[in-house]
Amino acid sequence: MKMNGAQILVESLKKEGVDAMFGYPGGSVLPLTDGLFACPDINFVLVRHEQGAAHAADGYARATGKVGVCMATSGPGATNLVTGLATAQMDSVPMVAITGQVKTFLIGNDAFQEADMTGITRPVTKHNYLVKDVNELACVVKEAFHIARTGRPGPVLIDLPVDVQTAETVFSYPEKICMRSYNPTVCGHPGQIKKAARLINSCKKPVIYAGGGVVVSACHEELLSLAEKIQAPVTTTLLGLGAFPENHKLSLGMLGMHGTAYANHAVMESDLIIAVGARFDDRVTGKIDEFAPHAKVVHIDIDPTAISKSIRVHVPIVGDAGNILRELNSIVKSPDTAEWLGQVRLWKKEYPLRYKTSKDKISPQYVVEQIRKLTGGDAIICTEVGQNQMWAAQYYTFLRPRTFISSGGLGTMGFGLPAAIGAKVGVPDKAVFNIAGDGSIQMNIQELATAVAGNINVKIAILNNGYLGMVRQWQELFYERRYAFTKLYAPDFVKLAESYGAVGIRVTRKDEVIPALEKALSTPKVVMLDFVVEDEENVFPMVPAGSAINRMIGGMA
Amino acid sequence: MKHTISVLVENKPGVLARISGLFSARGFNIESLAVGETHDPSISRLTMVVNAAEERILEQIKKQLHKLIDVITVWDLTNIDFFERELVLLKVDLNILETGRFDSVVNDFKLNVLSRDDREAVIEFAGDQDRIHELSVILDAGVKELVRTGRIAISR
Repeated sequence: MKMNGAQILVESLKKEGVDAMFGYPGGSVLPLTDGLFACPDINFVLVRHEQGAAHAADGYARATGKVGVCMATSGPGATNLVTGLATAQMDSVPMVAITGQVKTFLIGNDAFQEADMTGITRPVTKHNYLVKDVNELACVVKEAFHIARTGRPGPVLIDLPVDVQTAETVFSYPEKICMRSYNPTVCGHPGQIKKAARLINSCKKPVIYAGGGVVVSACHEELLSLAEKIQAPVTTTLLGLGAFPENHKLSLGMLGMHGTAYANHAVMESDLIIAVGARFDDRVTGKIDEFAPHAKVVHIDIDPTAISKSIRVHVPIVGDAGNILRELNSIVKSPDTAEWLGQVRLWKKEYPLRYKTSKDKISPQYVVEQIRKLTGGDAIICTEVGQNQMWAAQYYTFLRPRTFISSGGLGTMGFGLPAAIGAKVGVPDKAVFNIAGDGSIQMNIQELATAVAGNINVKIAILNNGYLGMVRQWQELFYERRYAFTKLYAPDFVKLAESYGAVGIRVTRKDEVIPALEKALSTPKVVMLDFVVEDEENVFPMVPAGSAINRMIGGMA
Repeated sequence: MKHTISVLVENKPGVLARISGLFSARGFNIESLAVGETHDPSISRLTMVVNAAEERILEQIKKQLHKLIDVITVWDLTNIDFFERELVLLKVDLNILETGRFDSVVNDFKLNVLSRDDREAVIEFAGDQDRIHELSVILDAGVKELVRTGRIAISR
């Protein structure tokens, strides 16, 4: 049967199992939005800004593990997706972005609302396509989804000129895909796995360092088995939160710049680091030359470019973490780590995470802990970027994968609210919180309308300290308290919420925190909580940029 | 150190931009680049020469090259035995260069003379880097224009 390009795209999305997408209309996607309008199988969520569409697709993908889909028109609509694509690229999130493009014969003519999207997004996507022939469209969509979700996942952009959307051809969706130039290694090299096992069998002070790759590969159970079998403590990266239950006795919580002191000490003193789906980011390693000086490193990662990028790896194993951990678990023996675990326990006792409490004033960390208590750890927690993000990471105690959603690599302020919307669309049965700051919430505040209009009942907890808190913290510590441009004016968030049709609650006293959260959870509406918290509270511990990670400041070690 | 890198890619639009982008994003200059179809018209071969200030970064770039979806294989020929050739076209000013001198250079280098009149000659020469360098030194001020294809290489 003959179809036009727009219909072919819609049918192809259905074949890929897409049940929701996030987008914004415009002149160059009119045929496409018309096709989607007639399609009851895909829940089209109308955002208020294209950046929101990209982050929502991202949040959807991170919460569900499926490919997130967003759509924008040509030119400014498409360029507004760029930050969202870069965010997804840095954090390995499977996404397909569809952009309208001007008519084929106008491309390169500075036509109205024209932007070279394949050019602009080349460094921030895993791959991208400009489709100039409708006969190629179905195959391109098939490839795009395949590329987005396999290997190290990432965003793929399809730029679709409006005349290709209206051009007709016979639709047939390819069953299989074969790309000679793209075949990610999935199985780990058996020789390398044996080498890793030998190192593990003879180590005395192992640490497992788990990242977002464990979540992507859904191998949290294999990770738990390995940790218990070899009795190694486990620390996770920011994106690895939830990959290992933080209430487990082997858990060290997060490591790095704002990691726990005991995680950082354990890594620095270890004789073997087993990195699983993590990439030794600079926020994790601190000063490279002084990082874990006595440790041999086993690095399991599906992306060969992640290996030996910043630190020297002794046993690299390229492949899917789940496959490799299963192999490893079947051959590894249990080294004697009793003494080491004793030392780790001492560090945990000596340097716990802690914060100043006061009788009336609200500590931001306290708010995070109460959210944790009231949701039983079963909510999906999205964050913005900055202090709110670090406190959420430190104090929520994550138990399950895909319950923590945050822009780690790019550190995108304004990510949290749209990501929470995407997560809630993907997992409607779970409570979804966006833990925000008063700065970052204002960066995509317009998405409140998306949430209210779509009955997407996310809960927004603003830790309102009147500052761009993390930058203020650096200014306090390293710029003699010169608070250059970090004192923020914020609107009345309660009135703002109400004007959008959401519920707004201001909380100024500690004893109001729990009742307010209870009310938010029991109200079947979008709720914005404005927690007026201590204005100069800091995120501790903290490793100053460029220092070794055991040189922490903030009353610890 | 100079590296000669040979890359097989899908013969599609945008591939060259993806590859050059990996170098430019890191502030690396590509010294020489030659691209052409292989015996399979759906595949192109790129041969490039880059001067790596830091070997570690070049290692990383090679991995990144391989990671590009349209890249099929990447070889660094630097440490293996390979032939390298480049074609140059030169326009020579015969008023500066004596006729007898020019004729002996044509003989020595087995130059292919494409055109010649009283004033100037256009010549063609293919060779490795050392020979091309020698030729341009000998012709020196007589060279009015010089065009190079970029190096191509093949392993032994």
